[in-house]
Amino acid sequence: MSSLDAQAPATHKGLHAFLAGLPGIDQVGAEARAAALGTRSIKKDSKLWAINTAISMVDLTTLEGADTRGKVKAMCSKALHPDPTDMTTPSVAAVCVYGDLVEAARSVVGNHIHVAAVATAFPSGRASLAVKLLDTAEAVTDGADEIDMVIDRGAFLSGNFSKVFDEIVAVKQACGTAHLKVILETGELKTLDNVRKASWLAMKAGADFIKTSTGKVTPAATLPVTLVMLEAVRDYYQETGTRIGVKAAGGIRTSKDAIKYLVMVNETVGEEWLTPNLFRFGASTLLNDLLLQRQRMLTGHYSGPDYVTID
Amino acid sequence: MAFDYAPAPESTAIVNIKSSYDLFINGEFTPGGGTPFTTINPATEEVLATISEANQADVNRAVASARRAYDKTWSKLSGADRGKYLFRIARIMQERGRELAVLESLDNGKPIKESRDVDIPIAAAHFFYHAGWADKLEFAGYGSNPQALGVAAQIIPWNFPLLMLAWKVAPALATGNTVVLKPAETTPLTALLFAEICQQADLPPGVVNIITGAGETGRMLVEHPDVNKVAFTGSTEVGKAIQRQVAGTNKRLTLELGGKAANIIFDDAPIDQAIEGIVNGIYFNQGHVCCAGSRLLLQESIAEQTIESLKRRLQTLRLGDPLDKNTDIGAINSREQLNRIIDLTKSGEDEGAERWSPACAIPDKGFWFAPTIFTNVTQAHRIAREEIFGPVLSVLTFRTPDEAVEKANNTQYGLSAGIWTEKGSRILWMANKMRAGVVWANTFNRFDPASPFGGYKESGFGREGGVQGLGAYLNVEDPS
Amino acid sequence: MMNNNDRVEIRKTHKLFIGGAFPRSESGRTFEATNSSGEFLANMAMASRKDARDAVIAARTAFASWSKATAYNRGQVLYRIAEVMQGRAEQFVQDIQNSEGVSIKKATKQVDTAIDRMVWYAGWADKYAQVLGNTNPVAGPFFNFSVPEPTGVVAAVAPDSPSLLGLVSVIAPIVMTGNSVIAIASYKNPVPAITLSECLATSDVIGGNINILTGDPADIMPWLATHADVNALDLTGITSAELITQLESDAAGTVKRVRTAPADPDFYATPTLSRVRAFTEIKTVWHPMGV
Repeated sequence: MSSLDAQAPATHKGLHAFLAGLPGIDQVGAEARAAALGTRSIKKDSKLWAINTAISMVDLTTLEGADTRGKVKAMCSKALHPDPTDMTTPSVAAVCVYGDLVEAARSVVGNHIHVAAVATAFPSGRASLAVKLLDTAEAVTDGADEIDMVIDRGAFLSGNFSKVFDEIVAVKQACGTAHLKVILETGELKTLDNVRKASWLAMKAGADFIKTSTGKVTPAATLPVTLVMLEAVRDYYQETGTRIGVKAAGGIRTSKDAIKYLVMVNETVGEEWLTPNLFRFGASTLLNDLLLQRQRMLTGHYSGPDYVTID
Repeated sequence: MAFDYAPAPESTAIVNIKSSYDLFINGEFTPGGGTPFTTINPATEEVLATISEANQADVNRAVASARRAYDKTWSKLSGADRGKYLFRIARIMQERGRELAVLESLDNGKPIKESRDVDIPIAAAHFFYHAGWADKLEFAGYGSNPQALGVAAQIIPWNFPLLMLAWKVAPALATGNTVVLKPAETTPLTALLFAEICQQADLPPGVVNIITGAGETGRMLVEHPDVNKVAFTGSTEVGKAIQRQVAGTNKRLTLELGGKAANIIFDDAPIDQAIEGIVNGIYFNQGHVCCAGSRLLLQESIAEQTIESLKRRLQTLRLGDPLDKNTDIGAINSREQLNRIIDLTKSGEDEGAERWSPACAIPDKGFWFAPTIFTNVTQAHRIAREEIFGPVLSVLTFRTPDEAVEKANNTQYGLSAGIWTEKGSRILWMANKMRAGVVWANTFNRFDPASPFGGYKESGFGREGGVQGLGAYLNVEDPS
Repeated sequence: MMNNNDRVEIRKTHKLFIGGAFPRSESGRTFEATNSSGEFLANMAMASRKDARDAVIAARTAFASWSKATAYNRGQVLYRIAEVMQGRAEQFVQDIQNSEGVSIKKATKQVDTAIDRMVWYAGWADKYAQVLGNTNPVAGPFFNFSVPEPTGVVAAVAPDSPSLLGLVSVIAPIVMTGNSVIAIASYKNPVPAITLSECLATSDVIGGNINILTGDPADIMPWLATHADVNALDLTGITSAELITQLESDAAGTVKRVRTAPADPDFYATPTLSRVRAFTEIKTVWHPMGV
């Protein structure tokens, strides 16, 4: 593998050659492996553990044009105490909002959980670098300790990997001490080979986390795509000794789905990644399904929508 | 262990295992005259049931019943009507699928995940596929009026009991033959449940007869003069004995015997999927697969890192209770088979190959063998030549495609081969050169009733499945 | 045979045809070919097990390149054999008359049919794969196709009668499908086989692809039936039930494919594809279809 200094801008040729040299992926085989992992049957204690873990990994998200301070504050209360009927419920890992609502979020969560801001002209990424950097810097100033940036998919698909790389490096710098999640927008990358390439590119450029999707494009997170990203993270760890996190965002609605992802993390990268520091779910409706399932496991009977709050 | 999977057992309440079973002849269950034997659950060594043994008189009865059914009923039905019975059987197999899967795992030792997701669905699919051929034989390329052979004697192995039964019975019946089938002595239960399904489908009596017993019953069946066709799947040794037995008798014969398949990984393979292909190739069904990828041929340049990745992957395999839905590796089918695996792996060590297994908690009772890898294996080692029929992988290396071809083909077997590379032209070049009846490129262990299966060389002759598989059961009038 | 004028004829030595050459038997033995009245026709080489062994080596060597020849090429080679046979038609007719004692009309019909049979198989070379092979509609995202491939080296026994047509009917389908053959000519009527060997030697057949031995099948075949480098047997010319049983049993030791002919074969009728099927192996290939 070529040695690429994550801090320095990459040579176009060197980066190209490196990405082209990554092993290919057989789509049918990868999908079959993801599906096979999905047949694990997780019951009883292991199910409760998985649900609690999943809750603690949620980045509770609202990213709508109609978001207001009120909406964000309500969601943040829920993020701190997801289930008012059971205060032993873990809080989520983070809240995820647009940059201009970071201050509102911080005012509710204090320092108890992370505040992640989407930045860099989310979701399209179509703006100048200067605009993207300003977007990032303002969110950090307002109190975001995590930044979820988007890569320039147009540049990636047209083969301009250096541009994608250099942007990530610049945004990482603008983050200061905030940790950087790089959204690949796998639904636009289309092929698993592209997902692998984009994952490596992002990791080499300094990402702390690689994230599947903005949630604004379908398909968002899927098991096969996340499998490929976990494999990249695993291989990166083998090579460098550094653990990068993975965030699966968008389209994960049920506890059953979430548990499949945890199984996949467990059997692909190992139990070291089964912590909010290294795996996250970007979700909104998922949290309530996790809470309903948790209630059922603890009370023994099926629960209902009236027993979980709307955020 | 952060994420411990709690036991997730499939309930056995759905099966009703009788304490003893009779033979199934002429549409009825009837006691056999031989010495009854027991079948056990290889995961626990508990006796599941007592099984009848068919003696010579029983064999005679069964063949006579098949003959009568052929002459009086089955040969007089239209192909369309035969097809309808097969469709009924296929449907009932799907309806009773869970029951069949649980029973198969109890009797054979294979994980419920496999019997539920692979064995039973594909078995039902075989009946579905062949049902549709029954009234279209004149289009199959065997002449305008191909005829059945008559009575088929079919002997099947213990590794995929119900699936092997489907591979034999479905084409035989579709083409107009009647059958007498002997399941393996360690795995008779799903065949006997299949007999019940035949009753439920109102299949005319005598079209399918199931006689249980061991080698001697099989020998008597093959020997019977009123049998027109013999179909055998099992060990190469027994296959040769059967071929000798039918010499000079005009009985048609097809054999599906052992294998020692090469699974070839090039340096440009889609490596993560190749690892899955290796694991699937040799550890699926505990390696009790004739077409198992038991010889891993790694391109030398990637050998070390691939072996490391493989070892890491093997550590997520779960060995244990076959009825636990999370079990990946079940029990070895019998003490006999376990001893054979132990002997051969010992020879691997004695001959200087390096042995490795992931840490595995082995239950106290039952027959178990941890998935095992032997590295530094060469063509001269016994473990590179002989079929182990267990979860044991022998790893060899090669430098060039030509060398890979040479090593892959350097065996008296020729059942299957695997090729892993992203380069399209190389896939086809390699596939062309493999002397094997089934070639899996960038995949492994895929089966389908539409896809012909069978071997070259000492892996046997004849094909099962697809249009080619029909030929084994048809009589074509050749002028010369 | 005395010619019409007073010239003393050069008589042919009838040798084996192995590896594209005409060696005598290494055993040095010969047997007498006689006509239908028992009169001496020629001394034939009596093939031994060592000749059979040499033929297998030649056959296996030739198989390496013959099996790689394109279907088109194989068709061309068979057609050329037919062309050369046509040129030697007169001699074939005489051989058959001498050996089998049939009328010139019957002998001519046999020769014509034999040549036409060779042409028929030549025309199959680039087509049988389309009839015996196919894609299979499996239930998954896989491209799955089945192709017929040659089984390898086949040992075959030609029938006594019709001596030429029977030999051609046995050899042509074996060779057309990319196999090599060791054919044992009729013990009773071997002379036409020698003329056929000469045709093969002067056409485009790769040396060793087709080997023709003269001798007693009962002597030679057991060695071929147990030979581990022979893949299949064609027992067409063997009528003894005992010998068939023995050879089928011998074949079991290496799981050879064995074809026997029907009880009362009619070599004049258009064949089915059963000989083509008998000496081909179906290989099925799977490949995932994905992006």
